[in-house]
Amino acid sequence: MIAIERLHKQFGKNKVLKNLSLSFEQKGTISAILGPNGSGKTTLIKSILGMVLPSQGNIHLFGKNIRGQWQYRDHISYLPQIARFPENLKTAELIAMIKDLRQRPAREEELIRLFDLQAHLQKPLAYLSGGTRQKVNLVLAFMYDNPIYILDEPTAGLDPLAIIRLKELLQEEKQKDKIILLTTHIMSLVDEIADEVVFLLDGHIHFRGSLSDLKSTYSGQAVEQAIANLLRQEQHNRQTSTRLP
Amino acid sequence: MNKILKYSLYDLIRSRWMFFYFGFFLLFTLGLFWLSPDLSKVAISMMNIILILVPLIATMFGLMYFYNSREFTELLLAQPIPRRHIFLGQYLGVAGSLSFSFLLGMGLPFLFHGLFTSAELPLFLTLLVSGVLLSFIFSGISFYIALKNDNRIRGFSLAILVWLMLAVAYDGFFLLLLSYFKDYPLEKPALALSIFNPIDLSRILILLKLDIAALMGFTGAVFKKFMGSQIGMLIAFIALLFWMLLPVLGIRRASSKKDF
Repeated sequence: MIAIERLHKQFGKNKVLKNLSLSFEQKGTISAILGPNGSGKTTLIKSILGMVLPSQGNIHLFGKNIRGQWQYRDHISYLPQIARFPENLKTAELIAMIKDLRQRPAREEELIRLFDLQAHLQKPLAYLSGGTRQKVNLVLAFMYDNPIYILDEPTAGLDPLAIIRLKELLQEEKQKDKIILLTTHIMSLVDEIADEVVFLLDGHIHFRGSLSDLKSTYSGQAVEQAIANLLRQEQHNRQTSTRLP
Repeated sequence: MNKILKYSLYDLIRSRWMFFYFGFFLLFTLGLFWLSPDLSKVAISMMNIILILVPLIATMFGLMYFYNSREFTELLLAQPIPRRHIFLGQYLGVAGSLSFSFLLGMGLPFLFHGLFTSAELPLFLTLLVSGVLLSFIFSGISFYIALKNDNRIRGFSLAILVWLMLAVAYDGFFLLLLSYFKDYPLEKPALALSIFNPIDLSRILILLKLDIAALMGFTGAVFKKFMGSQIGMLIAFIALLFWMLLPVLGIRRASSKKDF
């Protein structure tokens, strides 16, 4: 469904994605896109959404090239990393706005109950706390029944109860055969819900495979340990290669 | 685009900056009337405010709105709508609500002072039109600058510089040029030069309507001499419309090429 071919992206002199080819075809899969800061995770996600324009390479969604297109975004639900909204709009008005833009039936009421937002609906968004804004963000992302979900740091600022509800929601969507891509820095979340890991390093795909592959390749009991080993090994390789004449 | 515009307006009309802006114009105009009941004198004082302050506030507000809504813009960019609709909608929202506050703040006191029975109605309308045009032009310029500069400090500095050049420095530069080349016939170059400054154009538009030769300055006088008041006003107005279109084209172009 998502096919990325030889994607290059350069910001000025800074090459962020280097000849990256990747596809997500398996329905009902949660893929965690991981990598250290600046490895190109957000750039990759934003390229799929058409927010970042590739320097080279192509991205196909449902077999169609997305370059210059916008209609395809109706099939993608996106959760941005930072939840900031127009300050003087009320929560209910923001939800109405997104519904107005998409013009499709949505299930916002169910999600408002799930994240306990009823009391905040008539408040201006400027008065909501960071965690509450993230819950609103989640409502906006999950209220449409779309085949693809792209979530950038979904747990940021959430309280434990909301995190549990989010995990349940993700499992539910997975059962409904969705393709879910998420980035996170919380490795326990990956352990719990992800089916596969795409590890980016310096704009390349350093590793892609199931969780068990990752753990056995980098001899870790948990994802966190495996990733730490991977990074250690990489650091070691770099240091030895720079020491060579 | 209409939907983005609608919700931007919802948001902006409730912003306290818009209240301040409205309140400022209301108090200032009322104050002027209190000092002098003569409509044409009030109009001249208002002109100076419109020419200097409206562009400055439109510039600042456009930048603030653009930079503050960056994250929300990202959410909008992920929706099934073309990019240009997002930015044009936001721009029209900013320019529209600024114009609305301006029109209301300045218009109400004039209405109370018997505007419709006064002979100064056309002059007053010219003032209002100039203020609205300048709001659109300068918020457009600031949107374009913000789109081109991710760095806020750079964006603000550039926009202030543009305002300073057009509102203040342009006149000095103009005078310098005139005195340096005073041995040559300068009417036509001066005419051409004033087309490049929307603030100067607005001044000419208002002063041609006011018909006060002493305040017209060189370009105003040239406009009047070469084209007469009517044609001169028409040309200044058309040039201002062109100025309004320019940032819109810039916003369209810059937004289609930008990475977010």
